[in-house]
Amino acid sequence: MGYLIVKKVDLAPTIKKFEIQAPLIAKKGKPGQFVILRIDEKGERIPLALMDTSPEKGTITIAALEAGKTTKKLNSLKEGDYIANVAGPLGKPAEIAYYGKVACVGGGVGIACIYPEVKAFKKAGNYVVSILGARNKDALILKKEIAEFSDEIYVATYDGSEGFHGFVHLLLKKLIEEGKHFDLVLAVGSIPMMKSVAETTRPYKIKTIASLNPIMIDGTGMCGCCRVEVGGETKFACVDGPEFDAHLVDFDLLMTRNRRYIEEERIALEEYKKVCGCKEGC
Amino acid sequence: MAKIREKKVPMPEQSAEERIKNVKEVPLGYTPEMAIEEAKRCLQCKPREGKEFPPCVEGCPVNVPIPQFILAIREGRFDDAIKIIKERNSLPATTGRVCPWENHCEKACTLGKRQGYEPVAIGWLERFAADYERAKGFAIPPKPQPNGKKVAIIGSGPAGLTAAADLAKKGYDVTVFEALHEAGGVLVYGIPEFRLPKEIVKAEIEYVKSLGVKILTDVVIGKTITVDELLEEFDAIFIATGAGLPNFMNIPGENLNGIYSANEFLTRLNLMRAYEFPKYDTPIKVGERVAVIGGGNVAMDCARWARRLGKEVYIVYRRTGAEMPARKEEIERAKEEGVHFMFLTAPTRYIGDEKGWVKQMECIKFELGEPDASGRRRPVPIKGSEFIMDIDTVIVAIGQSPNPLVPQTTPKLKTTKWGTIEVDEELRTSVERIWAGGGIVRGDSTIILAMGDGRKAALSIDKYLSGQDRSWKFKAEG
Ligand SMILES: Cc1cc2nc3c(=O)[nH]c(=O)nc-3n(C[C@H](O)[C@H](O)[C@H](O)COP(=O)(O)OP(=O)(O)OC[C@H]3O[C@@H](n4cnc5c(N)ncnc54)[C@H](O)[C@@H]3O)c2cc1C
Ligand SMILES: Cc1cc2nc3c(=O)[nH]c(=O)nc-3n(C[C@H](O)[C@H](O)[C@H](O)COP(=O)(O)OP(=O)(O)OC[C@H]3O[C@@H](n4cnc5c(N)ncnc54)[C@H](O)[C@@H]3O)c2cc1C
Ligand code: SF4
Ligand code: SF4
Ligand code: FES
Repeated sequence: MGYLIVKKVDLAPTIKKFEIQAPLIAKKGKPGQFVILRIDEKGERIPLALMDTSPEKGTITIAALEAGKTTKKLNSLKEGDYIANVAGPLGKPAEIAYYGKVACVGGGVGIACIYPEVKAFKKAGNYVVSILGARNKDALILKKEIAEFSDEIYVATYDGSEGFHGFVHLLLKKLIEEGKHFDLVLAVGSIPMMKSVAETTRPYKIKTIASLNPIMIDGTGMCGCCRVEVGGETKFACVDGPEFDAHLVDFDLLMTRNRRYIEEERIALEEYKKVCGCKEGC
Repeated sequence: MAKIREKKVPMPEQSAEERIKNVKEVPLGYTPEMAIEEAKRCLQCKPREGKEFPPCVEGCPVNVPIPQFILAIREGRFDDAIKIIKERNSLPATTGRVCPWENHCEKACTLGKRQGYEPVAIGWLERFAADYERAKGFAIPPKPQPNGKKVAIIGSGPAGLTAAADLAKKGYDVTVFEALHEAGGVLVYGIPEFRLPKEIVKAEIEYVKSLGVKILTDVVIGKTITVDELLEEFDAIFIATGAGLPNFMNIPGENLNGIYSANEFLTRLNLMRAYEFPKYDTPIKVGERVAVIGGGNVAMDCARWARRLGKEVYIVYRRTGAEMPARKEEIERAKEEGVHFMFLTAPTRYIGDEKGWVKQMECIKFELGEPDASGRRRPVPIKGSEFIMDIDTVIVAIGQSPNPLVPQTTPKLKTTKWGTIEVDEELRTSVERIWAGGGIVRGDSTIILAMGDGRKAALSIDKYLSGQDRSWKFKAEG
């Protein structure tokens, strides 16, 4: 058996949202935390942010972008299927408090990760400005849902098919230069995106938080696979994070470390394509 | 009576050339004839003056009735032998393989004290009895009358499993909570397949379950459920979360690609079966020249795994071979398998290539100075002895610390400055109704000491819950 998928929604062509039966995690999960799941007996353990929890229904919601074999396989699962293992909530919850004006910057699937925090920051009385970035209009997710809890919302797309034409940190920069003031910036997205946001806010000394995404195995501090450097110190992202002061994070190291298995990831995907059975050939 | 053999009946094993090409066990086990032959060596000692047990049993942390089970083997009553062992030891196929008996039962064995004699091969006989039973299929023990009391066990390593089995046999309703997706603790994620096949651990866990123990995986206590919540639902709690936090040396370059903690390296291979990638999804990347830093059992396990992946392997250790804490047997096996040893040496920094992978390591040489607190001579670095060595994979195996998740989320639990949980002589913690044992109390430990703790805690929990002894002297002040 395992954990039942009660609902599946397509957010974008390669991003799917799942509501999964996991009553214990649903009771405890807080914004900023994540789960580690393993699809089946032979599967890898992968971390995914908690997008939502419903203690009443006993479900949690996650969203996955197809990056490699495991996320592709996950996204091919249907309502009524089971996931072998889901453990969590892991990591430290986000420090939700009243800061004043908070910018929540999400890139790609990172938008799903900022969603619970947008909600929580709003609830804590903050003025929330959400800034969403995506490759193009079709890849942009959760705009309506996030708008509901945001005082202002902005969109940037690489190809200019919606909103600001260009990278999301450039949009943030523009807003700051235009005189918008922020007391806190949260950034979740690709490593280059988070690094660029950190560099954008550094000269203005705006406190900036990034949610790091190193490769993980156990998620309980046992293996050290997820180590990152923050302010020159080694931290285990799964227990000390995943959120850290973005101005202190060594993003280049994180990027290099996440490339450790590039070759193996390619092999896994090739092997999977032979058997996955989808018409498009992934 | 025929003269007693001086040496143990040897156990057949795979040759070094053969075994580094597979992940199968090295020693192959006794045949019934060999076991009977070895059992004949036992002198059937009686307890010495003032002692409860014969010497070997005194030496075993869980007091397996050794002469009795050996007598049963000698008489060909193999079913009886395993029944006798299981009165005291719920994981005999495990201890019969990886228990450091040379420090426990066999060290105390009377026969071994005779000039020129080896002790009785108690560990190997234990393994024989356990394997015999497993091959036949377990006899499911009769279910005791439930007593209506509930006990929660945190962690499914040897300490947790032993306490669970002992309490279930007494009629308690026992639930084990495990953070990982598989039960067994170090037995599944740490100790290699070729020393302790995972099928065997699975079978031992099935036996514990057959006693009525429930095991819930994917539950991280402190995160998924807190200890305080467990206190509401359960009558007693035993914390057995082990010493699973990997130590690093904090030297420059330690976060380069290609540098693993022993735990990560072993978890990828054992728990996630990376050696079968891509059949299993989790990969492992190991270069051609591997340095393993450390001299304990964990270092030997990593080195021997790396040999099985076909790599050139160097054990780099600060002291000399004589001070190595690993079991002699494991050191010997590693040597036979072609692992190189560099003594009185330690890394000082790692040097990476342009892509962020480790390519070299700078080491310093040591000499032995005055004895330190552990009685071993302290290694002193030799100035100017630094040298550079080409290496493309490093495994840091310099020890583990207690897992901080439970103490951190349960502030009223008193801990020591090393992060271990403080307990009294019956393993009671500073919080009433909570016991702790194994790695989380001892720091680095062994399987049988952890199991001994599990047994001790079970006895104390039973005394408390049955109302025989409700005292709780160890209370946190303030
Ligand atoms: C705390 C945390 C929260 C996360 N939350 C989400 C989430 O909510 N939604 C989501 O889609 N993804 C999330 N991720 C990333 C996700 O875990 C990875 O995308 C996933 O492990 C890739 O597995 P795969 O087998 O599909 O791809 P792989 O074959 O393993 O990798 C394919 C590509 O993805 C990259 N990659 C591998 N591992 C990671 C990783 N841990 N993080 C980022 N990129 C990686 C590789 O560099 C490679 O280019 C999170 C990661 C962390 C650490
Ligand atoms: C590679 C290696 C080789 C070894 N070789 C030997 C040997 O040959 N002989 C020997 O005697 N000893 C050996 N040891 C030592 C021995 O394995 C340990 O001393 C023993 O396993 C400790 O047992 P334990 O039950 O206390 O903890 P562990 O076996 O560490 O088990 C603890 C369990 O608790 C779980 N856990 C932790 N935190 C939580 C939480 N918050 N919630 C739920 N679950 C949690 C962990 O996931 C784990 O499964 C070796 C150790 C290693 C690492
Ligand atoms: S458990 Fe260990 S110490 Fe006890 S009898 Fe077995 S091998 Fe000897
Ligand atoms: S001490 Fe040795 S010889 Fe004596 S009973 Fe125990 S195993 Fe047999
Ligand atoms: S994932 Fe293993 S320590 Fe963080």
